[in-house]
Amino acid sequence: MLRYLIGRLLTFIPTFIGVTIISFSFIRVLPGDPIIVMAGERGMTEERYNELYQQFGFDRPLVVQFWDFFTGVLQGDLGTSYVTKRPVFDEFFALFPATLELSFCAIVIAITLGIPAGVIAAVNRGKFFDRALMSSALIGYSMPIFWWALLLIIIFSGNLGWTPVSGRIDLLYYFPDVTGFMLIDSLLSGQDGAFVSAVRHLILPSIVLATIPLAVIARQTRSAMLEVLGEDYIRTARAKGLTPPRVNGVHALRNAMIPVITVIGLSVGMLLAGAILTETIFSWPGIGKWMVDSIYRRDYPVVQGGLLLVALLVMVVNLIVDLLYGLINPKIRKR
Amino acid sequence: MADVSSSTNTTPTTTVRPGRFKEFWRYFRENRGAVIGFYVFIFFLIVAIFAPLISPFEPSTQNRGATLVPPAWQDGGSWTYPLGTDPLGRDMLSRLIYGARYSFLVGTIVVILAATGGILTGLIAGFAPRWLDTIIMRIMDIILSIPSLLLALVLVAILGPSLLNAMIAIAIVLQPHYVRLTRAAVMTELSKDYVVSARVAGAKLPRLMFVTVLPNCLAPIIVQAALSFSNAILDVAALGFLGMGAQPPTPEWGTMLAESREFILRAWWVVTFPGVAILTTVLAINLMGDGLRDALDPKLKRS
Repeated sequence: MLRYLIGRLLTFIPTFIGVTIISFSFIRVLPGDPIIVMAGERGMTEERYNELYQQFGFDRPLVVQFWDFFTGVLQGDLGTSYVTKRPVFDEFFALFPATLELSFCAIVIAITLGIPAGVIAAVNRGKFFDRALMSSALIGYSMPIFWWALLLIIIFSGNLGWTPVSGRIDLLYYFPDVTGFMLIDSLLSGQDGAFVSAVRHLILPSIVLATIPLAVIARQTRSAMLEVLGEDYIRTARAKGLTPPRVNGVHALRNAMIPVITVIGLSVGMLLAGAILTETIFSWPGIGKWMVDSIYRRDYPVVQGGLLLVALLVMVVNLIVDLLYGLINPKIRKR
Repeated sequence: MADVSSSTNTTPTTTVRPGRFKEFWRYFRENRGAVIGFYVFIFFLIVAIFAPLISPFEPSTQNRGATLVPPAWQDGGSWTYPLGTDPLGRDMLSRLIYGARYSFLVGTIVVILAATGGILTGLIAGFAPRWLDTIIMRIMDIILSIPSLLLALVLVAILGPSLLNAMIAIAIVLQPHYVRLTRAAVMTELSKDYVVSARVAGAKLPRLMFVTVLPNCLAPIIVQAALSFSNAILDVAALGFLGMGAQPPTPEWGTMLAESREFILRAWWVVTFPGVAILTTVLAINLMGDGLRDALDPKLKRS
C-alpha cells in the first residue's frame, strides 16, 4: 500500500509543475500584451508603460519570471489582482466556501437521486421504469444547463414566485461570516427566517448544477449494476433465498459502487465547469463567477492564479479518489 | 458538413471489411433510440443545408414594427412569425434555422480538429519509446485536470472572442480524450500477432501506424467522435452564452440565448426555443452515440 501511495504521489509532482507552466505561459506566450490590456481604452504614456513593464518584471528572462512565479506558488503567493489589489490567494479562499456549499448540495442531490435511479433501472432492465429513467438521464446528460437554469427561473421564480433569482440570501439578513457557508452561518445567527432564505436561494442553483452529474451517476450505476447482477455470487445469494432488496441493495450494489465512486470523483471537474455557468446565471458569489468576471475584466493575475488553483483542486480530488480506490479495491494496490 | 454523419456511421466499417456494415446496421437498428436520433440528426442536417430555402426571413432582418411578437398560437401572435420575434423584431424561426448551420459547422470542425490531432498524438504515444510516451501522457493529464469549460474560456479570452477561436479552444480541450483512446487501443493491438507479422514482413513505421494498426482502433474513436460532436455543440453554445463565442448578431443558438436573457420573464419564447433546439440536437447525437457504442463495441454487444 505504501508503495502504491508513494508511486501515485510521485506522478502528482510533474503534473503540478506542468499546470503551473501552463497557467504561467498563457499570459506570456499567447498574443496580447497584458500591460496594454490593463491600461484599457484610455491608453498610457510610454514612460508609464516601461515603469509597469519593469514593476511586473516582464523585462527579466522568462525562466527567471517563471522561477519567481513557481516559488511564489509554493509559498502561497499568486500575485495580486489588478482590479481589487488584493492577493489572488485570499480572494480565492474568501469565495471558495460559496462554491463548495453549492457543489456539495449539488453532489448530494446527484448521489441521493442518481444511485437509486440507476439501481431501479438495472433491476427492471428493459421494463417501463428502466426506459423512463434512462431516457430522463440521457436528457439530463444532453442538457445545456445555462438554458435549463433560465427555464427554471421562468417557472419557479417568474411564474410561481417560489424562489429568488440571484444571490445567496435576502438583503434584510445580516450576520457575521463564521464558516463562509451560508446554511451554517444563517443557523448560527439565530435570526428568524434566515436559514429558510438561504435554502430558497440555494435550491435552484443546486438543482441546475446537479443535473449533469446526476445523469452520469445514474447511467454509470445502472451499467455497473447490470454487470454485477450477472455474477455467480448474485445467483448464489438469490438461491440462498435472500430477499430481492437484500440481494440488489446489499450484495450487488456494494460491488457496483467501485466504478460509481470513480465517476463521483471525476464529477468534481464537471461541477467546477458547471459552476462557471450556474454561478454566472444566479449571481452566486463563488469561484466560477469570479473567474468569469476576471476574464471579462482581463484581470490576468486572477485568471492565472484561479486557473492554477482550480486545476490543483481537481488534481487533489483525483488523487484522493485514486487512493480511496486503492483502499477499496486491493487488486489495484498490489499492481 | 454532410460527411461527418456518414463517416461516423459507415466509412471505417465499409472500408475495413465490406459486409461488416450490414452487421453494424443490424445492431444499430435494434436500438430504437439510436435510429430516432439518427433521423432527427438527418432532419437538422437538411435544415442546416437548405436554410436559405426554408427560412421565411433573413436571420438578420429586423422589423421594428413587430418586436417580441409571441408565437402564432398565443394571443397576439401571427402566422407571419410562427415562433414569434425577438426584441429586435427578427423572426425566431429563421434565426433558429440558420443557427442549425452554426451548430453543425462547429460540431464538424471541432471533431475534425480534435480527432486529427488526438489520433496522431495517440498513435505517436503508442508507438513511441517510453520516455516520449510518458511526456505526452503527462501533458494530456495536465489538460484534463483543468475543467474543460474553464480552459476553453481562458483560451478564448486570450485569443479573442469569436466563433473560430471558440472552436479552436474546444478542439484543444476535447483532444486529450482522443489521445488516450487511441493510445490505449494501439497498445492492445501492438501485442497481437498480425502486427508482429506485418513488422517481420518489413512494413515501415508509417505503414504499420496508419495501415496496419489504426483501422483496428477506430471503433472507440468513432463513438468518441459522436460524443464530442455533441459536446462541441454544447460548449460552443455555452461560450456563446457567456459572450465568448459567436458574436451578435450571429444567429448561433447560445448567443441568441445570451441576447434574450433580460427578456426571460416577459417573453418566454425568446429563451425557450433556442434551448429546445440545442437540447434536441445534442440529445439526438447522444442517442446515436449510444447506438454506435452498442453496435461497435464487441464487449457490450453480448450483454
